[in-house]
Amino acid sequence: MSVGRLRGDETPTTQEQPSRTEPGEATGPAATGGPDRVFGELPRRSRTLRASRLWTIRHDVPRGARWVLITIGVITPLLAWWALTASQAVNPVFLPSPLDVLRAGQELITSGELATDTLATVRRVVLGFGLAVVVSVPLGLLIGSFRAGEALFEPLLALLRYLPASAFIPLLLIWLGLGEPSKVGLLFIGTVFFNTLMTADVVRLVPRELIQVSYTLGANRREVLRKVIFPHALPGMIDAMRVNAAAAWNFVVVAELVASTSGLGYRIVRSQRFLQTGKIFAVLIVIGLIGLALDLSFRKLRDSVAGWAT
Amino acid sequence: MSAPLRVHGLVKEFPKGRRGTIRVLDNINLEVAAGEFVCVVGVNGSGKSTLLSLVAGLLQPTSGQLELNGAPITGPGPERGLVFQAPSLYPWRTVERNVGFGLELLGVPRVERRARVSWYLEVMGLTPFTQSLPKQLSGGQRQRAAIARALACEPQLLLLDEPFGALDVQTKEDMQVFLREVWTRTGTTVIMVTHDVEEAVFLSQRVVVLASDPGRIADKILVDLPPDRPLEVKRDQRFLQLRSRVEDMVRAQHHNYVASGGAG
Repeated sequence: MSVGRLRGDETPTTQEQPSRTEPGEATGPAATGGPDRVFGELPRRSRTLRASRLWTIRHDVPRGARWVLITIGVITPLLAWWALTASQAVNPVFLPSPLDVLRAGQELITSGELATDTLATVRRVVLGFGLAVVVSVPLGLLIGSFRAGEALFEPLLALLRYLPASAFIPLLLIWLGLGEPSKVGLLFIGTVFFNTLMTADVVRLVPRELIQVSYTLGANRREVLRKVIFPHALPGMIDAMRVNAAAAWNFVVVAELVASTSGLGYRIVRSQRFLQTGKIFAVLIVIGLIGLALDLSFRKLRDSVAGWAT
Repeated sequence: MSAPLRVHGLVKEFPKGRRGTIRVLDNINLEVAAGEFVCVVGVNGSGKSTLLSLVAGLLQPTSGQLELNGAPITGPGPERGLVFQAPSLYPWRTVERNVGFGLELLGVPRVERRARVSWYLEVMGLTPFTQSLPKQLSGGQRQRAAIARALACEPQLLLLDEPFGALDVQTKEDMQVFLREVWTRTGTTVIMVTHDVEEAVFLSQRVVVLASDPGRIADKILVDLPPDRPLEVKRDQRFLQLRSRVEDMVRAQHHNYVASGGAG
């Protein structure tokens, strides 16, 4: 009854409304005859949420639909690429056709260049990133486990990680020359700071209770580090490595673009000089595929050494 | 009876703000006899968990003495096993290797370790889960494994910090009956912190009520119930009397605390 009156009357005279109540005074529905006597009626939505098979937030889609979507997502760009080149709307020097790229790739394989270049690039990543892991894992354990280690190292590392690694290339060339060490050094600089801080973060996530319980079971600090903190942080550390390996894989190509006589980045620069865009595309695809393989192998590693965490 | 645990004039302060300190425990005096089961109850903020951490040696007292069999407690050790409310099993270790962790650290040979562990798993009703990972266990099973892990080191003192706080009511009751049984079978001295008064009265021989802000002992109440306690005891007249007495005391402390401007 009163509801209708309030709806009709947009500005109810305030004098009629229960005035501001004193603290402690009853203000609940019982005291006032229902909340809408006090506030007026709430607006209502006319439609409820409709069900959707594909577009429900964070909800599985049917298995078949998933595969169809994946196929569409991959095939469409490829088709667009093919159509664009087949229509001859763009100069093939700018955008070679998929077939050209395939042919260029074949050429790289038969000449043996692809194998040598890939090997050179992978070797640099293994060395540079491997070195970064060897340094960052103990350092991250130290920072994440001890407040003293945190105070000692974290401020500087937090600053250093914002220095763009590629800006170090000129310095590295001066310090280490044109050979392998400068490239390995770039990968190291590009990944060691991030990997250290990410490792430290994972280590900090080890529950305090787990550490304390270990002490009451007789463990000393060393044993807590080795038998509790390290295994607990391991899956997270592998994840950090996966992310930073991707960064390393980016940096290595950058390093090879600048000054190099081998490697996938070098192959790109060289192909550019002869306007062999087909080869550039072929090398890009190889870089992408190896990166994907790297990612998948880190995931596999994580699942096999730390199946408990999944 | 000897008193393995002696707490005398214990004070614990934590730093607060830039310069100040906050007193969490004030002048705690407590003796626990060998084989005794003591429950410490109190509202949040009464410092009951802090008291347990001090006995465990995870915290150092600001002043006062803590002694185990006449020797001062200076740090954590396997002679004082601890179980938290949050399941704190090692998630990558099987139940067997969790329970055997302390023995592993002591250098107990594998064969003996296995024998000891399987005895405790049998007592805890966990034998079928020997090779399971913690994530495959229910909440109650996890807490039983955590208790087994503490007991496997044959502690002189078992410290339980609201171990059943996160369990549903039925599991909790099962665990209470179970804990009484284990206590009888192993003869371990137990100090358990809880805010569940019924639980405290059902389990213990003595209930220590803490007042808050600062945490201090309000009273120690002897639970003169028979040692053989089925769940039905909870309906006995004597049980209800004791429970009401402890509850009233805890409630009064809580109201004092709120009235004095403490947390709601």
